[in-house]
Amino acid sequence: MMPVILTTDALIFLLLAVAIGFGVYASRHEHLRAPWRSVARSPVGAAALVVIAFYVGIGLLDSLHFHPRLEPATETAAADGEAPKARYSTQVLSVLDLWLSGLRERQEKTFSAPFATHLFVKEAVEQPDGTVIRAYPRLEHGGAHLADPDNRGLDIPIRGLFGAVKGLIVWTALALGLLWLLARRRGSDVAAMADTVRRGETDVPWRVTLITLALMLVLSFTAAELAAKYHILGTDKVGEDVFYQSLKSIRTGLVIGTLTTLVMLPAAILLGIMAGYFRGITDDVIQYLYTTLNSIPGVLLIAAAILMLQVYMTNNAEQFNSLVERADLRLLFLCLILGVTSWTGLCRLLRGESLKLRQADYVQAATALGVRHSTIIGRHILPNVLHIVMITVVLDFSGLVLAEAVLSYVNIGVDPTMNSWGNMINSARLELAREPMVWWSLAAAFVFMFTLVLAANLFADVVRDAFDPRIASAR
Amino acid sequence: MSAYIIRRLLYAIPILIGVNLITFVLFFVVNSPDDMARMQLGDKRVTQEAIDNWKSEHGYDLPLLFNQDAGGLGAITDTIFFQKSLKLFAFDFGTSDSGRDIGYDIRQRMWPSLAIALPVLMVGLAINISYALMIIFFRATYIDWGSVVLLVAMMSISGLFYIIGGQFLIGKLFHLVPISGYDTGLDAYKFLILPVIVGVVGGIGSGTRLYRTFFLEEINRDYVRTARAKGLRERVVLFRHVLKNALIPILTGVVAVLPLLFMGALITESFFGVPGLGSYTIDAINRQDFSIVRAMVFLGSVLYILGLIMTDISYTMVDPRVRLS
Repeated sequence: MMPVILTTDALIFLLLAVAIGFGVYASRHEHLRAPWRSVARSPVGAAALVVIAFYVGIGLLDSLHFHPRLEPATETAAADGEAPKARYSTQVLSVLDLWLSGLRERQEKTFSAPFATHLFVKEAVEQPDGTVIRAYPRLEHGGAHLADPDNRGLDIPIRGLFGAVKGLIVWTALALGLLWLLARRRGSDVAAMADTVRRGETDVPWRVTLITLALMLVLSFTAAELAAKYHILGTDKVGEDVFYQSLKSIRTGLVIGTLTTLVMLPAAILLGIMAGYFRGITDDVIQYLYTTLNSIPGVLLIAAAILMLQVYMTNNAEQFNSLVERADLRLLFLCLILGVTSWTGLCRLLRGESLKLRQADYVQAATALGVRHSTIIGRHILPNVLHIVMITVVLDFSGLVLAEAVLSYVNIGVDPTMNSWGNMINSARLELAREPMVWWSLAAAFVFMFTLVLAANLFADVVRDAFDPRIASAR
Repeated sequence: MSAYIIRRLLYAIPILIGVNLITFVLFFVVNSPDDMARMQLGDKRVTQEAIDNWKSEHGYDLPLLFNQDAGGLGAITDTIFFQKSLKLFAFDFGTSDSGRDIGYDIRQRMWPSLAIALPVLMVGLAINISYALMIIFFRATYIDWGSVVLLVAMMSISGLFYIIGGQFLIGKLFHLVPISGYDTGLDAYKFLILPVIVGVVGGIGSGTRLYRTFFLEEINRDYVRTARAKGLRERVVLFRHVLKNALIPILTGVVAVLPLLFMGALITESFFGVPGLGSYTIDAINRQDFSIVRAMVFLGSVLYILGLIMTDISYTMVDPRVRLS
């Protein structure tokens, strides 16, 4: 395997580093630690966090890319008399692809319904006696292990149950490990700890966390077990497994939701604080800048920018090594342009807050003592607006994930070759007119997107409540 | 007051110039007209001749900023910047890449857009305010809690699914109204019902939640406590005092989007086949018709700025605490 680092991969890991660094920073500062502690103690927040962690895990696995190694051609190597040199395919895969290689490779001819054993459309099938009839042919992979497709009704529950039990075993192991850790910290034994958690008497809502974890583990193990033999969410027009597509789309959604904020943060923070702190002409210029950008309707600005990118890409096709790289750059560009349309809100908030902060006694004192502007901003202003930045990042996330779907629908979103929920909806919508309806692509995109966005929304609510000083004082 | 309005209008000019410059840079500097022609002609091996032809047909064969060949005033007016960008200020949008008059199309198409957007806004406002009031009335009960969960769930559903779901349920399953299409005059109403319902339902989640926070902010104020201390019933407190004050942020928010109603809803219109400005824009994006996109960017900005000015003015009118400055 030869690792490939796409631009968005690099940025994702940068983001991860920033997040970890920020976590360390926050844990050392009480004014940031206290709100996070109250986030951790909220049952809703804990449950949402478990769900988000599953998504993030899949997204991260999908961000480790490599060129797969090709099987060395033995004859040529022998003829040359040299050690066979490793050769790599031009294909770019991710660790997730490797993990789901079964799903990726089990392609059918065209549509098939979830758990189907037969194709969704009739084809000319040759009978053993030589006659040709129009019938629904058996799938090549979905349910191919069944000698008699009618056994499906029994096979599915048994396999599902098997997967669920597997999931429960893993959960039990994890839960016991957690309980052991908790018990050790408390100095009590595991059984007593289990009892405390079961009654929900811990500070951190471990009971809710464990229940959500159990739910997610059972679901994913059941799905994995069934997906090994069936297309649990059906296949799409070219016969690709919809479950695989949905999982691959997670990374796209997460990238849009997080990288967009990452790329807009430096500009928003710098300009916002500068406008509020220096006032005068700086303020005027920055305000003019963001009012102008803000007054262009977001969708249209994105459309214009993406159209221009398309023109550039068609005219400079030779600059891109592979389709994946091209799609990746387009994704990054989409994040950039989404960032341009969305940084103004944060910038305005930061400007207002800095205006207030520069009147604070400690800033006045620092100014009187002749401390440099950069030091004042770094030491006094920035730490005091960080909570606004954090709330904005969390609040923006779900909106951006939803925006991706709409933009892809208008063909100004991610590259059409890239897996994304928007692209899934877009291609599925043309098939809605079919009779009977092809609904599974839509349903899959809906469920995956809804779960992520709902979890993100609930989490954002908890974070906002924890950080908002007005709510804290009203309590 | 009129001095204030004039000053606000003057502020809009530099912003519009900025918008104009941005679109100019985006459409003509980042990619040359040659690139656009090549893209439109859709072939890698297009001859320079064909490109020149396309450019002269669509008026892109002029220099960008300064025309040395033309004498006198022509040096400035016979340029792409003047012809394509500056003329936008006079709302002269020129012709689209397929040769139609954009200004005429916009005037024709803004009415269907308005016919959908206005009912969505009005009905949505009524429903959201009443629902938010109901939640406040039953605050700290299971109705409050359940409603908030419902609203967050509704917010988490992509707008696309509301449209697809609405089309499927009402149009396909119950055959109540046609799924998509449009008609002239009053007959259009049966085509409008579904988009309006979808628009309203899709907006309940975020709208009601926002209004709920407005109401909650008001309900902790001192005047509410005084009203209760006087012995007023909760119903009276809510409708007489809280509603009136919370309407200030709600209505000014509405005023801000009023001009943008003409722009229409992009996705809704193209899904339901309504010939409004939203679907006009989408079609232009899909056909890669740069002239229309440029015109819509400018028009959208003008309307947005108009909304901002109207918001400021309406604030000063409804809220005596805001002074003109």
